[in-house]
Amino acid sequence: MIERSLREIASSLAERRISSVELTRLYLDRIARHNPALNAFITIDEEASLAQARAADERLRRGDAGPLTGIPIAHKDIFCSEGWLTTCGSRMLANFVSPYDASVIARFRAAGAVLLGKTNMDEFAMGSSNETSFFGPVRNPWDLTRVPGGSSGGSAAAVAARLAPAATGTDTGGSIRQPAALCNLTGMKPTYGVVSRYGMIAFASSLDQGGPLARSAEDCAVMLSAMAGFDDRDSTSLDRPAEDFFRDLVSDRGSRPLSGLRIGLPAEFFDAGCDREIIELVDAAVADYRRLGAETVSISLPNMRLSVPAYYVIAPAEASSNLARFDGVRYGYRAAEYHDLIDMYRKTRAQGFGAEVKRRILIGTYVLSHGYYDAYYLQAQRIRRLIANDFAEAFRQCDVIAGPTSPTTAFRLGEKAADPVQMYLSDIYTIAVNLAGLPAVSIPCGFAAGLPAGLQLIGNYFTEARLLDVAHRYQMVTGWHLQHPRGFDSED
Amino acid sequence: MALTREQVHRIAHLARIEISDAEADRTLEQLNDIFALIAEMQAVDTSGVEPMAHAQDVAQRLRADQITEVDQLTRRTAFQLIAPQTEDGLYLVPKVIE
Repeated sequence: MIERSLREIASSLAERRISSVELTRLYLDRIARHNPALNAFITIDEEASLAQARAADERLRRGDAGPLTGIPIAHKDIFCSEGWLTTCGSRMLANFVSPYDASVIARFRAAGAVLLGKTNMDEFAMGSSNETSFFGPVRNPWDLTRVPGGSSGGSAAAVAARLAPAATGTDTGGSIRQPAALCNLTGMKPTYGVVSRYGMIAFASSLDQGGPLARSAEDCAVMLSAMAGFDDRDSTSLDRPAEDFFRDLVSDRGSRPLSGLRIGLPAEFFDAGCDREIIELVDAAVADYRRLGAETVSISLPNMRLSVPAYYVIAPAEASSNLARFDGVRYGYRAAEYHDLIDMYRKTRAQGFGAEVKRRILIGTYVLSHGYYDAYYLQAQRIRRLIANDFAEAFRQCDVIAGPTSPTTAFRLGEKAADPVQMYLSDIYTIAVNLAGLPAVSIPCGFAAGLPAGLQLIGNYFTEARLLDVAHRYQMVTGWHLQHPRGFDSED
Repeated sequence: MALTREQVHRIAHLARIEISDAEADRTLEQLNDIFALIAEMQAVDTSGVEPMAHAQDVAQRLRADQITEVDQLTRRTAFQLIAPQTEDGLYLVPKVIE
């Protein structure tokens, strides 16, 4: 059961071969057994999950089921979920039981999916290793001494260890794609504005985007079809017709299904900054794509190297503004002792935020402060334009851009924790995509010394269905995505 | 450009985060590393480039100026239940005006 696709699970439920209660119980038992070693979940509420499962079984009985009805899904603890602790990985929200649902959560509830639990994450999604969480680091199921990536590390570890059939994540600079790569999953960041940000705790509002982490492109298509859609409560939600992201995946197009597809290979993605073994795995995947009918073209993204510096101005600037709301007045943590209002703010924020979050708030406050705005924030926005222009130029020559997702495989816990700049550079291939607002997917493309590596596919705006199809065609002829870590095998 | 300890204290004050001298010194070193990374971006000539604030070139949507929240008392109660300190439907903070 734990290796079945979401569509296969849905059939099993529809045909009454398993009930949602049995399925939910199976995953709750797996979580109870394996989560202590992984720390992938912050909150589990068996009663709440099983109540949803019973309601889903009732819907299934009535014949009123959709593609996710009765399927347990894990959610990153950044999505407000009514009645559930929603911590965002922070001491600041360690006592915050959300009084409302994020739109993403409401959509899964309406679809009849079961909320299986809330997954661990870097504090306020700021990190690439899941080590900044107030609730402790998550461990990579492929090697417990290594990080799962971040910031959606709990979601990635949970799905990789088969503690959940699929999960949600958010991606501000690579936080879905990089953990997907490090844990051998398929993870997609949609076009900015496709998935509602309402109730998704804000980090950098012009970059944040929710998306799925799953075991295949097919499962991502099912997840994204549930997540995407216009929402008038998100001012940057895009009002577009509803899409079935599965539509391209089902057609039979023979042995060369990608004939006519032009894959762009940017020189900047294949330089000395990337581990040799990962380049070789990506090259091999590109060769597989040629066999599927695709042609490759050399392209250039000359301003790529500026994406990390521009990001570390824009994201902290927006974060410093967004996180001003955590003041100990309306919700969350408040310091126990203080002597006046300003002191209450200062102590609440000093004690409630962890070191990385404080660092980014300080950077953001500085670059937005009087006299520095033009030199930093405005300059970063101009660089952002140059990067977006590079992509626009590239998409005149190709349909999809391919390269590595991460320059390394999973690194060791503690390896980069003391050096923020080294940590920031682990997102070098993913950040430019957020700055431009484009969709991208990371798919498993092999192993280096036993650790998974990811291939990143970047598309033009609103080409999610195409990207998932391109990913799916590769997964039809390769088996990397089917590999799963040892020690978490099925007991059924 | 290198920050000074005094600047770190000033920024921390603007951000309303209490910081000790020892913390300021540790933070200073890391912030200077990060600003060295950012400096690469500042060296680029971007004259004539339009700043990009947002991925999609869309205008802010407007809505009718009407109350949309029904059952406001229930919602207020739910929202205040999770507040550190409330009284009579108000949020309590230390006295601001003597």
